[in-house]
Amino acid sequence: MEKPLTANIHLDQEPLTLGAYERVGGYKAVRKIFTMSPQKVQEVVKASNLRGRGGAGFPTGQKWSIVPMGPAARRPKYLVVNADEMEPGTFKDRLLLENDPHGLIEGIIASAYAIEAEQALIFIRWEYKFAIRQLTRAIAEAYKNHYLGTNILGSGYTLDLRIHASAGRYMCGEETGLLNALEGKRATPRAKPPFPQVVGLYGKPTVVNNVETIACIPHIVNNGATWFKALSKSADSGTKLYGVSGRVKKPGLWELPMGTTIREILVEHAGGMQEGFAFRGVIPGGASTDILAKDHLDVKMDFDSVLKAGSRLGTGTMIVLDDKTCPVGFVHNLIKFFARESCGWCTPCRDGLPWLEKILNSLEDGTGQPGDIEILDDHCKLLGPGNTFCALAPGAMEPLQSALKYFREDFNRHIQEKKCPWK
Amino acid sequence: MLSVKEKKEIADVLSHSTTKESASIESLNIIQCHRGWVPDDALKDVAAMLDMSSHDLDAVATFYSLIFRKPVGKHTILICDSVSCWIMGYHPLLDVIKTKLGIGFGETTPDKQFTLLPVACLGACDRAPAIMIDDDLYGPVTREMMDDILGEYK
Repeated sequence: MEKPLTANIHLDQEPLTLGAYERVGGYKAVRKIFTMSPQKVQEVVKASNLRGRGGAGFPTGQKWSIVPMGPAARRPKYLVVNADEMEPGTFKDRLLLENDPHGLIEGIIASAYAIEAEQALIFIRWEYKFAIRQLTRAIAEAYKNHYLGTNILGSGYTLDLRIHASAGRYMCGEETGLLNALEGKRATPRAKPPFPQVVGLYGKPTVVNNVETIACIPHIVNNGATWFKALSKSADSGTKLYGVSGRVKKPGLWELPMGTTIREILVEHAGGMQEGFAFRGVIPGGASTDILAKDHLDVKMDFDSVLKAGSRLGTGTMIVLDDKTCPVGFVHNLIKFFARESCGWCTPCRDGLPWLEKILNSLEDGTGQPGDIEILDDHCKLLGPGNTFCALAPGAMEPLQSALKYFREDFNRHIQEKKCPWK
Repeated sequence: MLSVKEKKEIADVLSHSTTKESASIESLNIIQCHRGWVPDDALKDVAAMLDMSSHDLDAVATFYSLIFRKPVGKHTILICDSVSCWIMGYHPLLDVIKTKLGIGFGETTPDKQFTLLPVACLGACDRAPAIMIDDDLYGPVTREMMDDILGEYK
């Protein structure tokens, strides 16, 4: 089967130099886009059915179509790559950033061209030092070979690309928090509408896309929408980087057809559970997605199938909960993360998450009180979608509400037995 | 007082910044690269270069967890405390590091070599538990490996 995202990645070697990348067909898509109008590039991406790989799964072609085009549009327009991978359990963009920088650069050029952007930025984790070095080297090579800068390959198209390293905080990965961080402010969110495509960075039209999403673009341009759809096993198109962490025999990352089942990923690729550990549940797509249980092992890992099962595909990197790990402790760790990362802007998140952390801590300590579980239940609604300024708190409620659904007895036992049964 | 080098580097950032304010995080990072952390007097000087109040710049500096507003040791140890590392051995590893260095979170060893801090998911979940020391990522880290790893930084 074809694996376009990882075709040029050989972990035992250095990433391809620009010359080597060109020799295996790299930058062909850049030459091709200059024979098409930006609208035509948008059309093929829309037809491909590509959905965002950053967690939300919004159709990419549709996102781009909201950008005002033509001479009346405000300038400069920006293409921003969200390389601030920090969703717990997620480690897929790192692979692309460290090992195929030219693949990302090519995707950036094609995407920026499609929205008539003159400026592109990669917003990357401070902690991804190795990736920053690889990208810096590759960008310099691209400039030297006229793939970036003024009048790219004589096309008349000009694009400048810069790297901006984050200084920490999960909220920098939120689309509008990211824009505020780029503007030198605290990474608090902005109200939408207006959407960044219309009013974004410095008030100008801006598209923010995930690394893996952008990495798909050159392949869609080169091979077409039908080809991209045929790679998949479901209604969603393309391939997907799927990952597994936790007590499995072979934690790792694999490029597979979109719609591969949870069972196939866990058993055939991750080798199943380690000796002495049994499966209790799995978070399918990073910390802010609902836990799925044993009944869901045959669910296809695509956006609609996972939604139907009661969760979200998110980033597609799974975290396995084993039977030797306390579900209350599991959720406590996640809520601790979300509470710490709250930007403080809105009350339900800023005040609700620490309260939940306190309750979960006392459950673990054996000092939980009757009525505590009901408070947790209430918060799942109070911090749910529509009640907060951004999706951080609603995301935090996903593992909590699903843990209360599937492991409620375990929560009750902490109160009844006045201790954690796993300790 | 900012050094000549610090002033030049910040001026370079300003030259490609759309607004002066947008240079704030990079400028704070420049100070931190030179001094290890951002002291009050440097913060005030940077604010002046950026036409910002030091109050507004401090609001930015204190928001970002990797801008240090207190002194740190020569090497910063970041230990991931997110869920996959927590499952795979974060607590035992943390205990070993704390015992070996004699410090807790936010503290620096008496010889000023190491500061220990927690960090959220390092994006190395298939190599959990993971830590960073300065720019270097390690994972999976066993308790037995810690002596050798710390030895690299002596």
